[in-house]
Amino acid sequence: MSSSSASYGEAYEAQHVHEVYEQIASHFSSTRYKPWPIVERFLKELPDGAIGVDVGCGNGKYLAVNPRVFIVGSDRSTNLIRIAKTHEPHSAVVADNLSLPHPLESFDFAISIAVVHHLSTPERRIEAVKAILELLRRPTNANGMGAGKALIYVWALEQKDSRRGWDEGHEQDVMVPWVMKGGDKSSKTKKGKGKKKKDKTEDQAEAPELQEADHKAEDKTFLRYYHLYKNGELEHDINEAGGAVIESGYEKDNWWAIAVPKSS
Amino acid sequence: MKILTLNFLTCARKLCKSSNTAFPLHPQDAELEIVEQDMNVEFLRNILPRLMWEELSGVVGELGLPALPPTVPTLESLTEKKLKAAENDPTGMNVVEVEVPSQVALDLHRLLLETCVKEGKLVCGSCGHEYQVREGIANFLLPGHLV
Ligand SMILES: [Zn+2]
Repeated sequence: MSSSSASYGEAYEAQHVHEVYEQIASHFSSTRYKPWPIVERFLKELPDGAIGVDVGCGNGKYLAVNPRVFIVGSDRSTNLIRIAKTHEPHSAVVADNLSLPHPLESFDFAISIAVVHHLSTPERRIEAVKAILELLRRPTNANGMGAGKALIYVWALEQKDSRRGWDEGHEQDVMVPWVMKGGDKSSKTKKGKGKKKKDKTEDQAEAPELQEADHKAEDKTFLRYYHLYKNGELEHDINEAGGAVIESGYEKDNWWAIAVPKSS
Repeated sequence: MKILTLNFLTCARKLCKSSNTAFPLHPQDAELEIVEQDMNVEFLRNILPRLMWEELSGVVGELGLPALPPTVPTLESLTEKKLKAAENDPTGMNVVEVEVPSQVALDLHRLLLETCVKEGKLVCGSCGHEYQVREGIANFLLPGHLV
């Protein structure tokens, strides 16, 4: 890939991903409270004292799952990290997922949930997976024993039962709206609805419709870029990045995979 | 940012990843603060074998903090047995033996988990790049020409 198209991808993401999250941080965060079951299981099954990273940790929702391991979370958004760092005993820093500030081959696990799909070219998505895998401990034998494990989670193209209705054959590169209500009235309104929202999934919590309650004229819509993964594409990217998939699947509108670095 | 976290951070620049002078980062002009946390001996016990003791000792020295023990404390040294009055015993005559965090554990907890860099910078020993820490948050975003 030429350096000009690489820097184009970067500039594009700066405007259509990073800038948006920075602006919607606290509102976004108030809708992010329920961990996905696969992620929760992965984190809870880790041995006590395991050391890991959460690449693109957002508000640190997954830092709250298991206090017996130590996670260094990172995200591009300072506003989200301010929230994430309150989850003890873990830690959170501001960093880019393609330039991570961690020693290589030294972590027991990594998670990167709903992050890689924000990169705008195939090369950058593979590079993002590689940047995660290279932080993990290498296997001590050819069967992959002793290697650190990464759980990667991306939004699926195939979600015809979701409200968005995307499915096979649809355009994979999409702009998804985030509607933020004007004024500080919104936060009060939302508290009252807390109970009702509890059963909503992540995707539903993210939907513009949820915020439509008492909106006047000041609602602001932000568009975020997403690459929707099709069946098999995440596994493909992991292989391209030098990893081996040990388990993968589909969970509520998302593709996920657990991968290890191949022995070098 | 906790001192413990420095054990898991290095320079974000690709060219520094293979350099052995990039780890650990060196705190400079650091303003420290204590952020109290619940004592958890089990967590310390788990984390202890994973620490780069010598490098961490260096950082602790650079920050002007009380030195770490010269070698990694044994896991046994993190707790001690203490005699305590038995609960629900108004006479105070009966004592039971309980395991409590030792001074070693309390000191490590204070230093690694409660002592935080609030303001200052983290400097790479390989390329010299300085990463800012503001309000306890370290920022590793690189300017375009260094990516
Ligand atoms: Zn450097």
